Amino acid sequence: MNQLLYYFLYAQIALCFFCLYRIIRGPTIADRMVGIDIFGILVVGICAIIAVITDRMFIIDIGIAWIILSFIGTLTLAKYLKGRNLNE
Amino acid sequence: MSKIIFIILLSIGVLFNLFGCIGLLRLPDVYNRLQSATKCVTLGTCSILLSLIVYYGFNEIGVKALIAIPLLFFAATVAAHALIRGSYFFGIKLGEKSIKDDYKEVAGAAENKESKK
Amino acid sequence: MKYIFAFIILLGFWLLFTFNLETHNLIVGAVASLIAILFFAKHFVKPVWKMLQPQRYFWFILYLIIFIWECIKANFDVAYRVLHPAMPIKPGIVKVKLNLKTNMAKTILANSITMTPGTISVDLIDDVLYVHWIYVSSTDPEEYSKKVAGRFEKYIKKIFE
Repeated sequence: MNQLLYYFLYAQIALCFFCLYRIIRGPTIADRMVGIDIFGILVVGICAIIAVITDRMFIIDIGIAWIILSFIGTLTLAKYLKGRNLNE
Repeated sequence: MSKIIFIILLSIGVLFNLFGCIGLLRLPDVYNRLQSATKCVTLGTCSILLSLIVYYGFNEIGVKALIAIPLLFFAATVAAHALIRGSYFFGIKLGEKSIKDDYKEVAGAAENKESKK
Repeated sequence: MKYIFAFIILLGFWLLFTFNLETHNLIVGAVASLIAILFFAKHFVKPVWKMLQPQRYFWFILYLIIFIWECIKANFDVAYRVLHPAMPIKPGIVKVKLNLKTNMAKTILANSITMTPGTISVDLIDDVLYVHWIYVSSTDPEEYSKKVAGRFEKYIKKIFE
């Protein structure tokens, strides 16, 4: 049972590397920002699985805080993106 | 019984996350990537949080996971909207396969209105 | 009236987050929600009496079921498009005319459209919603307005207006 949960955790961490590839290789800034946004949501899933494995409740609090922080971060990045132009 | 449902929901969630990330790698331009990634990854993570409610029942962790679901939903959709609008104003063209762009004629006016504020 | 509603909702959320019913916890929650209300209550929904009508909650539950079904359909749709070797996509931005009036209803509709199969909302100017669609199946404005927004519009009209 616990072993299976570890496999799910490793799968979720492997998905984070997919996002990292998009952040490093992305042709434009916007691609990188999409990668960052998705990375933030994946981390919440990782927090949830770790909360089941270790059976501590404060880790899900970290997940909730992470949702809000990644939301604010993405909004800031989008605001920054809107102020600039590609052909400047 | 509840353990089986827990494992099924968890594997559905991780599988949907996998689809979303494959879409993030394969699709051709920003807008399509954002589509596949936002939809699949949000529902996948919601499914993982739902599996926590099944596993723990209605106690501290379960209630927190239940609150996190609508929070995640609104955060993800609003962030996707902000990103797609920002990247349009940034000047990224729609991909080669696109056939229609109704937003082009109003985008300039919208940007002027925004900068006046 | 508005202040009382905002206070009850905030206190309820506080109790759900901390999850114990002792006296000191209740007092801290009440003080914190009072401070929050002093600053932010003017952004709360204006016509509060609408929240007391029970038929709105009935329609809301019905809408939730349909919405979850559409979400699951959306995911299988995206999975099919991503895993197919040729990637059958035909993206474009289309214009959709809305019949809703209040800002709240428009926001909820735009959020729902983002989660439904193949569509994501780009911008909302007055009454017109611009939607990025991954597979533009028809070029007739009437038809795709119905396809994108028609499923949710009648429920949202009953819930939020």
